[in-house]
Amino acid sequence: MIKRIAQTAGFTGLLGALLLTLLQSFWVAPLILQAETYEKPAASEVHEHEHDAGSMAGHSHDDEAWEPEDGWQRVLSTTGGNLVVAVGFALMLAGLYTLRAPTRTSQGLLWGLAGYAVFCLAPTLGLPPELPGTAAADLLQRQLWWVTTAASTAVAIALLVFGKHWALKVLGVAIVLVPHIFGAPQPLVHSSLAPQELEAQFKIASQLTNFAFWLALGVISAWLFRRKPEAQYSA
Amino acid sequence: MSISTSRTHSAATSATRSQRIVAAVGAAVLGALLVYFAGFSHIAAVHNAAHDTRHSSAFPCH
Repeated sequence: MIKRIAQTAGFTGLLGALLLTLLQSFWVAPLILQAETYEKPAASEVHEHEHDAGSMAGHSHDDEAWEPEDGWQRVLSTTGGNLVVAVGFALMLAGLYTLRAPTRTSQGLLWGLAGYAVFCLAPTLGLPPELPGTAAADLLQRQLWWVTTAASTAVAIALLVFGKHWALKVLGVAIVLVPHIFGAPQPLVHSSLAPQELEAQFKIASQLTNFAFWLALGVISAWLFRRKPEAQYSA
Repeated sequence: MSISTSRTHSAATSATRSQRIVAAVGAAVLGALLVYFAGFSHIAAVHNAAHDTRHSSAFPCH
């Protein structure tokens, strides 16, 4: 059982990360690099002006810390980051499959769709994908809201899909709404160094990339999980 | 006789079920830790390395 989870998650994560890196390098990464050209020359100016307003609070790059150089180093370290994240998500999926095994590989699409809703769609309703140089509220508060929203969406989907009683489904709808009624932490002043069109394009690019990544993750994990029956893993 | 057989059977299935739950929760927690490490860690070097991953995945960054 554990071997099955590990194998499914490992290979799914590997394939998912490669796909994600490929998709990113076509559309997402060029936009990030373009946004940074607005960020770097203006960085000192912006910090002086906007720190008082608190809108750029928490936005500081530690000069002492290691940073990959643009080029192959950066691509490689992003691939590493993608790999860790993809294996992490795949582990969650494979863990859930031991409780609710997909009966067809195509059911992986539904799991992928749920993953996209939980980890991308719901959090981005309050905290849209951001290019570097976008003003935002305190990092820790945003991270807390993100985690709370993802968790509540996951619980809500589970109640809606697997709940037998109508009251459980109503509870699911209520739970999914709570973080959005409460609202995501917002900066005092919304501002962005990169032009609006770039920001708008990045939002679409990020959503589509994550959507494709999650669908692939769902299908690959379901396929790998079902490839061999449980009994063959104990040998 | 039949009662004891059914008891043994149900005990075996419930053991497998609890084992499954432990494995599922364990995998999910480990997965969440990996995502946290790459996507949410405040260590500056980790942030810089996974910077583009964070922005692309719409994780809160900076």
